[in-house]
Amino acid sequence: MLARVTTTDNGVDSLADVTSSEDRLRRFLLGLPGVDQVGAEARAATLSTRSIKTTAKAYALDLAIQMIDLTTLEGSDTPGKVRALCAKAKRPDPADPTAPQVAAVCVYPDLVATAKFELRGTGINVASVATAFPSGRSSLAIKVQDTKDAVAAGADEVDMVIDRGAFLSGRYGLVFDEIAAIRDAAGDAHLKVILETGELVTYDNVRRASWLAMLAGADFIKTSTGKISPAATLPVTLVMLEAVRDYHESTGLHIGVKPAGGIRTAKDAIKYLVTVNETAGPDWLDPELFRFGASSLLNDLLMQRTKLATGHYPGPDYFTLD
Amino acid sequence: MPTKDGARLEVRKTYKLYIGGAFPRSESGRAYAVNNTKGKFLANASQASRKDARDAVVAARKAFGGWSGKTAYNRGQILYRIAEVMEGRHEQFSAEVAASEGLSISKARAAVDASIDRWVWYAGWADKLAQIVGSSNPVAGPYFDFSLPEATGIVAVLAPQESSLLGLTSVIAPAIVSGNTVVAVSSFERPLPAITLGEVMATSDLPGGVVNLLTGSASEIGPWLASHMDVNAIDLCGISDPDEARDLEAASAENLKRVRRPAVEDWSESPGLSRMTQYLELKTVWHPIGV
Amino acid sequence: MSRFEYAPALESRAIVDIKSSYGLFINGAFTEATDGKPFKTISPASEEVLAEVSEAGPADVDKAVRAARRAFDKVWGPMAGRDRAKYLYRIARLIQERARELAVLESLDNGKPIRESRDVDIPLVAAHFFYYAGWADKLEYAGAGDDPQPWGVAGQVIPWNFPLLMLAWKIAPALAAGNTVVLKPAETTPLTALAFAEICQQADLPPGVVNIVTGAGRTGQALVEHPDVNKVAFTGSTAVGRAIAKSVAGTDKAVTLELGGKAANIVFEDAPIDQTIEGIVNGIFFNQGHVCCAGSRLLVQESVYDEVLGRLKRRMESLRVGDPLDKNTDIGAINSAAQLAKIRELSQVGEDEGSERWSPECELPAQGFWFPPTVFTGVSQAHRIAREEIFGPVLSVLTFRTPAEAVEKANNTPFGLSAGIWTEKGSRILWMANQLRAGVVWANTFNRFDPTSPFGGYKESGYGREGGRHGLEAYLAH
Repeated sequence: MLARVTTTDNGVDSLADVTSSEDRLRRFLLGLPGVDQVGAEARAATLSTRSIKTTAKAYALDLAIQMIDLTTLEGSDTPGKVRALCAKAKRPDPADPTAPQVAAVCVYPDLVATAKFELRGTGINVASVATAFPSGRSSLAIKVQDTKDAVAAGADEVDMVIDRGAFLSGRYGLVFDEIAAIRDAAGDAHLKVILETGELVTYDNVRRASWLAMLAGADFIKTSTGKISPAATLPVTLVMLEAVRDYHESTGLHIGVKPAGGIRTAKDAIKYLVTVNETAGPDWLDPELFRFGASSLLNDLLMQRTKLATGHYPGPDYFTLD
Repeated sequence: MPTKDGARLEVRKTYKLYIGGAFPRSESGRAYAVNNTKGKFLANASQASRKDARDAVVAARKAFGGWSGKTAYNRGQILYRIAEVMEGRHEQFSAEVAASEGLSISKARAAVDASIDRWVWYAGWADKLAQIVGSSNPVAGPYFDFSLPEATGIVAVLAPQESSLLGLTSVIAPAIVSGNTVVAVSSFERPLPAITLGEVMATSDLPGGVVNLLTGSASEIGPWLASHMDVNAIDLCGISDPDEARDLEAASAENLKRVRRPAVEDWSESPGLSRMTQYLELKTVWHPIGV
Repeated sequence: MSRFEYAPALESRAIVDIKSSYGLFINGAFTEATDGKPFKTISPASEEVLAEVSEAGPADVDKAVRAARRAFDKVWGPMAGRDRAKYLYRIARLIQERARELAVLESLDNGKPIRESRDVDIPLVAAHFFYYAGWADKLEYAGAGDDPQPWGVAGQVIPWNFPLLMLAWKIAPALAAGNTVVLKPAETTPLTALAFAEICQQADLPPGVVNIVTGAGRTGQALVEHPDVNKVAFTGSTAVGRAIAKSVAGTDKAVTLELGGKAANIVFEDAPIDQTIEGIVNGIFFNQGHVCCAGSRLLVQESVYDEVLGRLKRRMESLRVGDPLDKNTDIGAINSAAQLAKIRELSQVGEDEGSERWSPECELPAQGFWFPPTVFTGVSQAHRIAREEIFGPVLSVLTFRTPAEAVEKANNTPFGLSAGIWTEKGSRILWMANQLRAGVVWANTFNRFDPTSPFGGYKESGYGREGGRHGLEAYLAH
């Protein structure tokens, strides 16, 4: 198939050419600059040393809360669990109404309707994983139907997984076509493409997969399902932020980035925001372009927020566990 | 002088300089009489000038890339070849050393033996030096880090004044074995074995310019070599006057030459590594280790 | 959406206790200078006077050398290697314990960002002492023969760019090998060396083993020329190194010199581009470019010139110039008014010669000595800014077409300290590393240092190596 070209008016047409055949796509992806692991990790480590204090910290904590895709993706999920999560999304800190809302609640397709109902009128999106999440090992037809079900149930955002097996065996056209098909099936819903970087292993692969997803129509590129270790890491996110930055330079399009899994502390979240700020730039300091896929992170952000406001160290018993 | 009894008239050898693989006379046109230790005339030698030294440095620089770029195995083979060819000229060297140094022929032969053996010893070092003086450095981080010796460049050698062949060999071989090229000023009073050594080198697959031999005065040529900005190191072993040595060292500082100060040397002793390591640079290379 | 402005995040100064004045550290005690005038050391970021320091004159230097000689003859020379090792381990531990204090002091006196003094300088200082401590009882394995001997008294003169780290590079191997030391820190950055003197006291290091004489060029000259100094070690400019090489001519003094550089940082079209940009930035802006091995000449393959320059400039816009004690500062203060004047002068020369000068928008503090990160494009080999060491945050950019041309340009300098190579092609890295006439070659990285890794230059960048087994050899007679 291979055709989707998404460029703005001032975008560079040469990228259209890239997807005109599988061979060209392959050559393009393999021709992307390499990523030196040590250098990338050293850069991420340096960014981690930024010291974010006082007003900057207050800004970052509130921004991070607004960027959360509050997530539950368990086999044991129930409507009750999802309702509780939605309540938390709407009012993260019952004791403090100034605490902002999160960006979205992320659930499995069968619970989208429940979430949608709970979040009606709040502006909080419902995101649904789809495409035989988390492994992606199913037929395209089933993945398309999975996506359509989620959207039909009201999902504003679809988090799909790529076929890592196809990617690792070099069948980039197949991966591309599948993303493009899901893109079509998702209709107006925002499409987040999960690369599952823990299975791609190398940063070179992360960069290639990022470009592949963007060329195929992703609105967001997302690190992980949360079911594979390692999930999100700062250097992986750094490499993906470089990819969206470069894609923007080529096409004028803003693609979002979502690290997911393993980000549990406010301190970590702030490191990600620093990395966003100094890599993709301030444009991306926006829930429209950067999200955290997380659950326990929210409470730590809230605790730090309280510490900053009151000057006292808070205890976990004062924050809700949902 | 015609011979009385019809014996063959000998063909005498003209001793010239050895520069860039060729045997020119001094551009200055100067020559000087070389006598044996009893004052008897042996031959005329070319008296090298500063311009000959300049030409020799150009030849040495031209040869440096090729010589230092050869495999260590190849350099070792060529040094060994020098020993082989010397062996074939043993009698000639012995006669010249005996005449030059006033030694009995048996002592002269022993000196030639030692010189040849020294070439063999150094030849074997060519492909071992890096293993002895190089290192792999266990840095505290994800990097592969190693250090390797490399030739310094052009080494100017003011050769020993007394030991005309063994001393000369002992200062040239350790410089070239690692890939340096050499401009050497031979013993002033005992230059003949040096030029014969040049003839050996010219027929031993040693590329022209790797060793350049100037006969003449170290005191006259030394300052030009010491202050030459394209010479990287200097061996002052042929200078016995401390003030002169000091001035040459000071002039060498202009481009931070590596300086080997004069010292009391016993050329018959095992040389050790120091003359080789004197003319080595150490290069450390880092590379990240990652996937 | 508002911008993510990082609020000031100042490292506390409370941890350091700077005395109002310091004497010379001779024979284990701080003593008054007898024949020099006191001078002031200031913070280059604010021009605030930090302390008054004694200038050692020839008589003071003589006193220090005598103390070192006595300690060498009576205590340190005869001492078992394992005991020398233990003293060095003690010192290493004390440095770790006082690491934050030393980092703050270094940043105050030198102007370098606390992020660097905290994460690079001081950890490396401790690592150096640990590394050489372990050598002290293993000298016979150091490659200097079966019974290697120290030289005796080492006279050491160090620069202001990495004050305590250069002290460690000098003192740790000297003491491990059994030498005693008289060290002169740079006149603009004496405070961490004086703190080190206190550490020697805390470690109960025998008096005279380490002596610190503060002062400027005159003090250094008296030390280097002192007849009872056996070993001279100097790090600094090529001009001073040359003068030292001349002054020791005709003596028996052993010498090592670590001098200037004008490193080529070579970027090929297949480089890992994002890490390359980081490497370029780290290569020239690390420590305000006050680094002898700085990658001050960027050689970019013409086919990727625009991309590299565009990305470099974008990256430079995110560099944070300012208070060295702010944990988020990337580029601190220029070390002195004199150095700032030199950087300004050479930058002006760059403009006058027709190179194009660019710096990101950045607000510089009103007080203190500051220079913005600067890049010159359109530079050719003939320009002075491509040949002379600027020793500041100023990058000269040149281009090349083929690997051979890159090598030719990289080597076309009287210096030969370091070089960088950026390419994903392994065989090219090794070929380039072979061809480059430089003592340290960083491939796909830059400005990395480690106590096990020998460091030093070719040609006019000096001779001898510091670090590793080779660095130890420089302190052993053989």
